[in-house]
Amino acid sequence: MGYEKIIILLTLIIPMLTAIISLFFKKNRIVNNYISIIGSSLLLITTTAFLFPLIVENEILTTQVGGWKAPFGITIVADMFSAIMLVIASFVGLMVNIYALENIDYKKKEFSFFVFFQFLMMAVNGAFLAGDIFNLYVWFEVMLISSFVLLVLGNGTKQLIATVKYTLLSFIASAFLLVGVGMIYGISGSLNMADVALYFREHPNEPLMTVAAVLFMLPFAIKAALFPLYFWLPDSYHTPKISVTAIFSGLLTKVGVYALIRCFTLIFIHDVHYTHTILMVAAGFTMLSGVFGALSKVNMRRILSFHIVSQVGYMVLGLALFTPLAIAGAIFYIIQHILAKTNLFLITGVVEKIKGTSNLKGVSGLYHRFPVFSIIFLVVALSLAGLPPLSGFWAKFILIKAGFEQQEYLMIFVVLITGLLTLFSMMKIWVNAFWGKQQEEPDRNLITNEKSLFKEHWSLLIPIILMASFTLFIGLFSMPLMKYATIAAEQLMNPLQYIEAVLGTAN
Amino acid sequence: MEFLLSILVGLLFAAGVYLLLHRDFVKLVIGIVIIGNATALFIFVAGRIVRQNAPFIQENGLPPENFADPVPQALILTALVIGFGIQAFALIVFKKVYDIPKVDKIDDLKK
Repeated sequence: MGYEKIIILLTLIIPMLTAIISLFFKKNRIVNNYISIIGSSLLLITTTAFLFPLIVENEILTTQVGGWKAPFGITIVADMFSAIMLVIASFVGLMVNIYALENIDYKKKEFSFFVFFQFLMMAVNGAFLAGDIFNLYVWFEVMLISSFVLLVLGNGTKQLIATVKYTLLSFIASAFLLVGVGMIYGISGSLNMADVALYFREHPNEPLMTVAAVLFMLPFAIKAALFPLYFWLPDSYHTPKISVTAIFSGLLTKVGVYALIRCFTLIFIHDVHYTHTILMVAAGFTMLSGVFGALSKVNMRRILSFHIVSQVGYMVLGLALFTPLAIAGAIFYIIQHILAKTNLFLITGVVEKIKGTSNLKGVSGLYHRFPVFSIIFLVVALSLAGLPPLSGFWAKFILIKAGFEQQEYLMIFVVLITGLLTLFSMMKIWVNAFWGKQQEEPDRNLITNEKSLFKEHWSLLIPIILMASFTLFIGLFSMPLMKYATIAAEQLMNPLQYIEAVLGTAN
Repeated sequence: MEFLLSILVGLLFAAGVYLLLHRDFVKLVIGIVIIGNATALFIFVAGRIVRQNAPFIQENGLPPENFADPVPQALILTALVIGFGIQAFALIVFKKVYDIPKVDKIDDLKK
């Protein structure tokens, strides 16, 4: 009995302990590496081997921190959606951690890169497990502060400038979130998500609830980089070290999307027609503006940053369609997107390592010397663009099918156009950087062929290969993941189950 | 009282947003501080203002009638601490950015 509750908390305790321990050893390079790798591996083992089977068996698990009964204390809730997100987050965390061993230089590690990395993982996990809106806010803040530090670590001029924009936007987002929390407390007298949802069911007060809904939508939309509020993302994501960009692109915006899906399937379902229409319009514009932004860029990092924006649109579209199938599609999309996008950034890091730049004008003809590496890029890029039978295709297919069921033909058109343009800009990277004429290598460059790349930089290649094979796997065998995504979506669409699991009875 | 405080919250938000829209780093930081305080005050007012009793259980084991709600105060305390941390961080980052040659205003950050 007690064992299950500890498993949930372990996902928070392990990264926290790892961070604290590595704080003591931050001057010791090798110990620091080992501690962080062990911490990330333990986290992955906990989520995949213990937490996930538990959730499959029990559906929704809750823990009342400190033993305070549900609406009064802080509740930690893990349902299928949280469990899937935790598994994927810890997997990506471990992969980026391995990559960072080589990618992050010793100077940055001494200035506690891994400490903040682990705190970031803790905050992300915490946000996935929060069953209390104020708790969610606090996890967001922990996540933001860790990400500020990771973003600015190294003190480059560009990084500083990016951090100013990022800090300011994040601050405004969290101020609005806090106002929303205060508003919910003022309306319902409770902070527990399940309790708030129950109160809203029983005492509908539409105008105030809609205001609260919009106050929640705004900060999450800033974090998730939705249409009018995404400008901070392409402006800041290209500046830090590539490991940092990779983990940000994989997890941070997805926490925003997670929070949107959680709040707009559980709490704010009083006026779906109004709130979810806003989300749908925002999603459509997000897809288009993101992909058009990507078309206009020539730097790989910037292209990929804009693609994060456009892909977030798909996920929010799934939420906005608001059917079990659409939400399952959104969850599927999040998973495959996290894998593919993080991997593309890691690949960009290797291109930078080889060529010294990720600007497409300075890179050409990588395929001649690095055929295997190029093929890995092609698989991941095509998967992001959604070519069958790769994972992105199934994700888009589910969303389009759900769109047809809801007869949102305009949105389907937008999805298809965006997919086509995504393919175009992935091909732009492929044609420019990988195909094309072989360049003369500058003398300082040590990586001249694939053999030395795989031999001497294995810690950069292992995460890329592992994640690419997972992308391939969920493309070729998408049924298992789809099954769990469907279970998660059914749980999300049936809030009473969640309320019952948290409060004991559904009154 | 609640009416007055609501107006104050509105004024603080207006002042904070006005300062955030400025081009000057110092005003930006002040804007952040003011918005942080405005949100804290908002939560305080949203949690109802009660002047009668402190939230202690009486000798007979029952809560007093009409007691001040402690939860918003706990929330404000947490939010203020977090806000303070972010403000301190922002101040240092803005100082660092201000030290970059040829950067005096926000507009200089455009590249």
